[in-house]
Amino acid sequence: MGFFKQLLRNKLALMGGIVVVILFAVSFLAPIISPYNPDTINVKEILMPPSRQHPFGTDELGRDVLSRMIWGSRISLKVGFVAVGIAVIIGVIIGAAAGYYGGWIDDLLMRFVDMMLCFPSFFLILAVIAILEPSIYNIMAVIGLTGWMGVARLVRAEFLRIREMDYVKAARSIGASDLRIVFRHILPNALNPVIVAATLGVAGAILTESALSFLGIGVQPPTPSWGNMLTAGKNNMEIAWWLSVFPGLAILVTVLGYNLLGEGLRDILDPRLKER
Amino acid sequence: MAEMLRVNNLVKHFPVRQGFFGRSRGKIHAVDGVSFTLEENQTLGLVGESGCGKSTIGFCILRLIKPTAGEVWFEGHNLVTAPPETLRQLRKELQIVFQDPFGSLNPRMTVAQIIEEPLLNHLDLSASRRREMVAESLSMVGLLPEHATRFPHEFSGGQRQRICLARALILRPKVIICDEPVSALDVSVQAQVLNLLSKLQRELKLSYLFVSHDLAVIRHVSHRVAVMYLGQIVEEADVKELYSRPLHPYTQALLSAVPVPNPRKRRRRILLEGDVPSPLDPSPACRFHSRCPNAMEICREAAPPLRSINEDHQVACHLYDENRPAPAESGNKKTLPAIPGGNTTNQTM
Repeated sequence: MGFFKQLLRNKLALMGGIVVVILFAVSFLAPIISPYNPDTINVKEILMPPSRQHPFGTDELGRDVLSRMIWGSRISLKVGFVAVGIAVIIGVIIGAAAGYYGGWIDDLLMRFVDMMLCFPSFFLILAVIAILEPSIYNIMAVIGLTGWMGVARLVRAEFLRIREMDYVKAARSIGASDLRIVFRHILPNALNPVIVAATLGVAGAILTESALSFLGIGVQPPTPSWGNMLTAGKNNMEIAWWLSVFPGLAILVTVLGYNLLGEGLRDILDPRLKER
Repeated sequence: MAEMLRVNNLVKHFPVRQGFFGRSRGKIHAVDGVSFTLEENQTLGLVGESGCGKSTIGFCILRLIKPTAGEVWFEGHNLVTAPPETLRQLRKELQIVFQDPFGSLNPRMTVAQIIEEPLLNHLDLSASRRREMVAESLSMVGLLPEHATRFPHEFSGGQRQRICLARALILRPKVIICDEPVSALDVSVQAQVLNLLSKLQRELKLSYLFVSHDLAVIRHVSHRVAVMYLGQIVEEADVKELYSRPLHPYTQALLSAVPVPNPRKRRRRILLEGDVPSPLDPSPACRFHSRCPNAMEICREAAPPLRSINEDHQVACHLYDENRPAPAESGNKKTLPAIPGGNTTNQTM
């Protein structure tokens, strides 16, 4: 496989990949590596600036910011992957049906996609969360349900292209069923752009979750998430910069990492750029 | 000789849609009333220039695209109206090899997976039996058993075409539709694949419908040849007869364009002027009249039917209509049974 070699050569994508791997490691190892319990209140050490004991300082309840950020990374990871997972599953099914069957099914599904794209999705999410109660599961579901349209369009385009390939005609002539043609012959060859879109989508989902939490309708305190830590931090911005800067930086680096990895994957997986 | 496959009056029109509501603007007449018979253990060559509907006929026979009208008789069933399950069963006996050996193999499957797929779809066999049959199929087309675990991109064009053949052969079909199987290959590799095809035909009693634009290839492999122009068969004959005594002006022009490997030999070329007319809603006239060196009044008015000259030679041209009113213009009379290059009265060089 030349895949990893190409990834190693693409420096930006490699950096993105390393960031993503580190994030995974941090969130899986959270119970081991976080120096304090993220929820332990210590009234004696309120709003301490970064120090040897608390590298990122403490918040207004004396909780360790680093520990809360480490646990918060789990939220980001969960939201990112579950939301994008939902979006990819819906997008692949709708795009595959539209692209494979064509005709009026295609018209119907694609007009539905156009309709969904007309909603300003962030305000749709705001409205839905305002009606339902804000919880991490609702957030994941809503981000996923409003984010599948791009994937559906990509998958449809790929299906339209691959449907006309000779190997699909050959599959039909050797008696393969529709399901077999879709899942064995077309879908595996249609997934590259979906992988790229999903990687970029994770960054978007994390950003949306942070924004919702910042507005107070996302992950509810005391569960730590980078977004609601930012909110808490803004009240003490003048006297405790570390409360907002470190979670903000975490969001920035994470989103940048996923975006760089996604862009790199696009270059690597694009068949037109391949020498073969 | 037993009849293997009969095509009756096959028609395929592609509607051309335009505008927001998909208003039909007309129809591309890709295949327009084509009939022929493929005999058992024989090869029927289908020759014509790009866009004349040769491949469309192949796809229509397998019903990879649905014909507009007509019948395709195979094993006592009409494939055009056969219900899906019957069609699936009949496709076991009827296989296809495509032109592009790089597009006809799924790049994400190994050679073994590609070749055994027909078995998975049609038969319920054990994994070891399937492996045996894959190895047997590979050896039949001149590949090695260890090639089975590789991926298509590791092979050359000729080898890929052999893989396609192995896939087509594994169910022991009776008819193989070869859709320009060698035109994407180097000439030396072409010969190998063509010889392989002949060998397999002898050993497995196969019948081929061989689609190509290459007259030399067609001559090499075919027993009978049908020449197509713009969706219709204009001449059909035994291979020797067609190459020694072509009757239709189009066939004559095609044959005069075949290079002869002798630089000293002076030949008369028939150069056709203009382009192929649009297949979009053609007029009722003879489709070749706009480019025909022998075009007459009647050619602009009515299309000639395909009629028999002798028992195995059919041609669709008004020149050979015995009942036709005596030609008003002279200059056409002497062109009647001409050899290629002999009737170039009004051409430019």
